[in-house]
Amino acid sequence: MAENYFKKYPDTKGFFGAYGGAFIPPQLEDEMQKINDAYFSISKSHKFISELRSIRKHYQGRPTPVYYCNRLSEKYGGRIYLKREDLNHSGAHKLNHCMGEALLAKYMGKKKLIAETGAGQHGVALATAAAYFGLECEIHMGEVDMAKEHPNVVRMEILGAKVVPATHGLKTLKEAVDSAFGAYLEDPITTIYCIGSVVGPHPFPMMVRDFQRVVGIEARDQFMEMTGELPDAVSACVGGGSNAMGIFSAFMDDEECSLYGVEPSGRSLDPGEHAATMTLGKPGIIHGFKCYMLQDDQGEPAPVYSVASGLDYPGVGPEHSMLKDLGKVHYEHVSDKECIDAFYELSRLEGIIPALESAHAVAHALKYAKNNPQKSILVNLSGRGDKDIDFVVDTYGLPS
Amino acid sequence: MSTNRITQLFERKKDAILSIFFTAGHPSLEDTVPIIQTLEASGADLIEVGMPFSDPIADGPTIQRTSEISLKNGMSLNVLFEQLKDIRKTTKLPLILMGYMTPVFKFGMEKFLSKCKEVGIDGLILPELPLEVYENEFASLFEKYGLLNVFLITPQTPETRVRKIDQASHGFIYMVSSASTTGAKASIATEQEAYFKRIQDMQLNNPCLIGFGISNKSTFQNACKYASGAIIGSAFVKALEEDKDVVAATRKFMETLR
Repeated sequence: MAENYFKKYPDTKGFFGAYGGAFIPPQLEDEMQKINDAYFSISKSHKFISELRSIRKHYQGRPTPVYYCNRLSEKYGGRIYLKREDLNHSGAHKLNHCMGEALLAKYMGKKKLIAETGAGQHGVALATAAAYFGLECEIHMGEVDMAKEHPNVVRMEILGAKVVPATHGLKTLKEAVDSAFGAYLEDPITTIYCIGSVVGPHPFPMMVRDFQRVVGIEARDQFMEMTGELPDAVSACVGGGSNAMGIFSAFMDDEECSLYGVEPSGRSLDPGEHAATMTLGKPGIIHGFKCYMLQDDQGEPAPVYSVASGLDYPGVGPEHSMLKDLGKVHYEHVSDKECIDAFYELSRLEGIIPALESAHAVAHALKYAKNNPQKSILVNLSGRGDKDIDFVVDTYGLPS
Repeated sequence: MSTNRITQLFERKKDAILSIFFTAGHPSLEDTVPIIQTLEASGADLIEVGMPFSDPIADGPTIQRTSEISLKNGMSLNVLFEQLKDIRKTTKLPLILMGYMTPVFKFGMEKFLSKCKEVGIDGLILPELPLEVYENEFASLFEKYGLLNVFLITPQTPETRVRKIDQASHGFIYMVSSASTTGAKASIATEQEAYFKRIQDMQLNNPCLIGFGISNKSTFQNACKYASGAIIGSAFVKALEEDKDVVAATRKFMETLR
């Protein structure tokens, strides 16, 4: 399945076509090479693979099911299916790559995991992985985000992670990245930076994608088993793009299957009101890699916004950038309002509260189903919405 | 003989080369030129002008702060080139621009290099530009515009890579003293000296300047034992913030190095 594709991308220097690569300070060059080498040898070893498989089954609760949305399909037409990553341990797909990265760290003899987090989802998943493997964990988070996402800060601390506030600039995700990189540069030998998505310098976009491939491999098999055919469409939200790469990866060679990446158009497509990187971005360099990027005319990353903190990023994975140019994946956008409507629709018709990030993909699927009543669509429901309930009800109220 | 001022400097002077880094447009937007002129008048050999960027991941808190202030002051590549357009009427020292890839890429590499040549820049330090990308895509452009690209090595850079960088370099090699971010550290530790010694013993074709953690006369002199000179950055920009008059602040700082 799609093996040729994976042999081709990325190339040995980490490029997906014109995107990706490793534009990093030389202090990190050698360490990235070591991680790359370790990944290539360790991750192909029988021991590593069987340990990761066992973790996925017994600890994460995989495989997560594919579920047919009866009432939602009845109302909107078409056939809507969900890949239930919200049922993955810790409530989102993030743990798939965190367990992979942490297991690699253990095999490399690292003592400590470092990462940034925006809303805290990646931080919580990494803190979970660190607790499992008995590794130290240090999560950098903007001071503003820490106040806004307080429950996740507490979760990380309960799990034993040290949460370091980023106190400069706007005190959000970008500053958290600066702060985490600074800490990593202090000691790149015993620590490892665990990136939260298919972004950053090579080999991270490749590694994170590979660890997320389990989502697509399971979903494709499960869907075939349930229906005897492939889905007509697959839909996933895209911030950095890890859950989308996970599920898309299994369908790369399936010409009959249309792939949709869903970005947030936020309040509007005016500057600063959205994070529709693929729709309005231009190629640029951010955080060590080349990709489509929302930037001002100086090349500075532009301010971005989405109701879903996890999609609030001015860059996007390099592989997505290439897949857009190749026309292999269609990138569409969904507004805050459509997202909130889908959030309640799924909750009330199926009894599943989605994460606001994932609700973007659900919103797209509802539109697709309406326009294609004969067709099937498989949505990656990448996370559960518990973290968002207070915010949604306080901001938008309950629907009548 | 080469017409590049960096090459000429290293032909003329073999040791104790003092290179000073500062962030363009900091503390005030219009300070860039007066700082360059005062540095030349007070004995610097080489000047590295930092192009500010909002995500300076390889820099410590000091340069992060000065970059932020400079951007707030309105600094950009266009503004910087405008400020430097007459710099060669007053300044003879070799000038280097140093910064991150994001704004340069946005500006356009060829346009950037041609502007550098136009205003009289001699070399560039773009730490994130990978050697292979430089060789495959940009080396001929650097040559076309008579600019030198300065590569960095760190204590972790393997010997084979150091050799490769030495071959690709013209001018000098920037020797990062530790695997850390920029910013003043107290002294040069023993393991650093071992690393300096190791590089010294490799007898590279290019001279080396040591940077990161060089903050005063004693750390400068110590670094000079192992290389052709050293680079002072964070300590200087901090000094600039301590005096309202940047000319006086620059003079005062340079005097402490004598």
